[in-house]
Amino acid sequence: MTSANIHKIRNIINRNKRAEFIFSIIGLLAMLTGIIALMVLVIDLISDGFPRLDWQFFTSFPSRKPEQAGIFSAWVGSILVMLVTASVAIPVGIASGIYLEEYAKKNWLSDLIEINVTNLAGVPSIIYGLLALGLFVYGLNLGQSILTAGLTLALLVLPVVIVTTREALRAVPGSIREAAYACGASKWQMIWDHVLRYSTGTILTGIIVALARAIGETAPLVTIGALTFIAFLPDPPIQGQFPYISFAWLLAPFTVLPIQMFDWVSRPQEEFQVNAAAAGVVLIALTLVMNAVAIYFRYRLRKNIKW
Amino acid sequence: MTVAKKTLLFSKPSAKVRRDLRERAVEIVLFLAALTSVATTIAILAILLYESILFFQKVPLWKFITDTQWTPLFDDKHYGILPLISGTLVTTVVALLVAVPIGTIAAIYLSEFAPVVVREVVKPALELLAGIPTVVYGYFALLFVTPLLQVFLPDLPGFNMLSAGIIIGIMIIPYVSSLSEDAMRAVPSYLREGSYATGATRLQTALRVVLPASISGISAAYILAISRAVGETMVVAIAAGGQPNLTWNPMEPAQTMTAYIVSVSLGDLPHGSLEYETIFAVGLTLLLITLSFNIIGHFLTKRYREIY
Repeated sequence: MTSANIHKIRNIINRNKRAEFIFSIIGLLAMLTGIIALMVLVIDLISDGFPRLDWQFFTSFPSRKPEQAGIFSAWVGSILVMLVTASVAIPVGIASGIYLEEYAKKNWLSDLIEINVTNLAGVPSIIYGLLALGLFVYGLNLGQSILTAGLTLALLVLPVVIVTTREALRAVPGSIREAAYACGASKWQMIWDHVLRYSTGTILTGIIVALARAIGETAPLVTIGALTFIAFLPDPPIQGQFPYISFAWLLAPFTVLPIQMFDWVSRPQEEFQVNAAAAGVVLIALTLVMNAVAIYFRYRLRKNIKW
Repeated sequence: MTVAKKTLLFSKPSAKVRRDLRERAVEIVLFLAALTSVATTIAILAILLYESILFFQKVPLWKFITDTQWTPLFDDKHYGILPLISGTLVTTVVALLVAVPIGTIAAIYLSEFAPVVVREVVKPALELLAGIPTVVYGYFALLFVTPLLQVFLPDLPGFNMLSAGIIIGIMIIPYVSSLSEDAMRAVPSYLREGSYATGATRLQTALRVVLPASISGISAAYILAISRAVGETMVVAIAAGGQPNLTWNPMEPAQTMTAYIVSVSLGDLPHGSLEYETIFAVGLTLLLITLSFNIIGHFLTKRYREIY
């Protein structure tokens, strides 16, 4: 090999090394763009809204005067709607996950259900709002109520619960099932006493992710006609007199945190936008904490379980 | 089986019979739960179709597709979907111009260059982006990005599709990067090793071997991102303005299909009016668009899974 050739090859190698170095810088920047955007967003929101977060803000109803307005009806509404969503989405989601993973025979019906779940996960959330408007509000006459909102969000997050349940069940090795059968357990005993116990952690992760999504969801609730100005609370579910438990709150009109924030951000006055930022801080804290807990859970579970 | 044994079986249900019955009941309950998803789909289609048919009985389909004005709430009523489509398309394109390059490069970096520790930390952090409520993104687009852009573009109006599109783009980065990375990691390592053995660098391997090998998975990620951007609602409802505007210029305000549905829902529309039916017709159009993207994406994902 002549020295001119070696020189040429060295040049090529150097050029390639340079290209690789430049790309890794670009890659690092691209990767960080999202994270920096996230940080800027959170910092901007906190710097706008944090001063507004005081006791009065949490315990006041919305008002025409921005400095007196608060998120009392919004966070109470969010909790009640989440209660309905969770009590529908969790049992139905886990049950359909179990059916699809453990029972479904490979036929056209189970294929259909499976394709359905995949497709539903890709349907824009506002379409669920239209469904709720046609079905729950006018079809079943449930009105623009907490019940309607909770059911809508439950349908919306159902695919998330189903998919994570299936993944959790699939991760349980066959030897556990066989051991249960060998001891004389029936299929349901095997699932309920063994497989479900081992997959609880992962299913819980999915439920947290689903509820975190539901709590921040705005569009479908705007569509069913959630009110933006609610200056009262629904009937408390636990009453002083007999029969002590009341379900009147289910049919009460409501507002939730994202709707309250949307209302404030759409107003031209700057003072209301400070309120919007403050509501946003509460909302983002809720969803980020929930997502972070879910991610931590997933990380811990993956580390601990070795079949 | 003798007669005596048979009567014993029927007179007193044995533990086995009771157990079989319970098993059967459990299976039926689980099956009914699984049917909920099918029922949801049927209900969505039925309601959108029913209200849309009522709409198209009054407004001819041809007018809906070709009219260049969308003014159902004005005195001079026009029902042309084109301005809403143009608004949706422009914001989606802006979003993709942000999300596709950033997401793809981040995915290549995460899959081929980044140390394991970085990947373990950054991937979940990126996923947090997808968990932020969209109404917060809307606030951010209107009150942070637009003022920032106005420093460089003084003529930019307060409501515009550019900042809405940029924010949607940031929002869908995790969809692009996460799925693309999964697709690239599914490429078997012997392909990489073969490439290294011929003297290729890491970058050459990434761009000329791994990327082409995972192309169908990556395009599935893009298509999912398109579908998300088309269906995104709150960012455009807050930051893009409320006027349907047939324009292809992202610096102008406009209304998307989703934003129209929101703006109409905010007013109290009488049930059964033509205005009420418009949101279902728009919703059906939106569903058909996102559904076709989802189906294409589904097939692409299936293809890349089958190869290896």
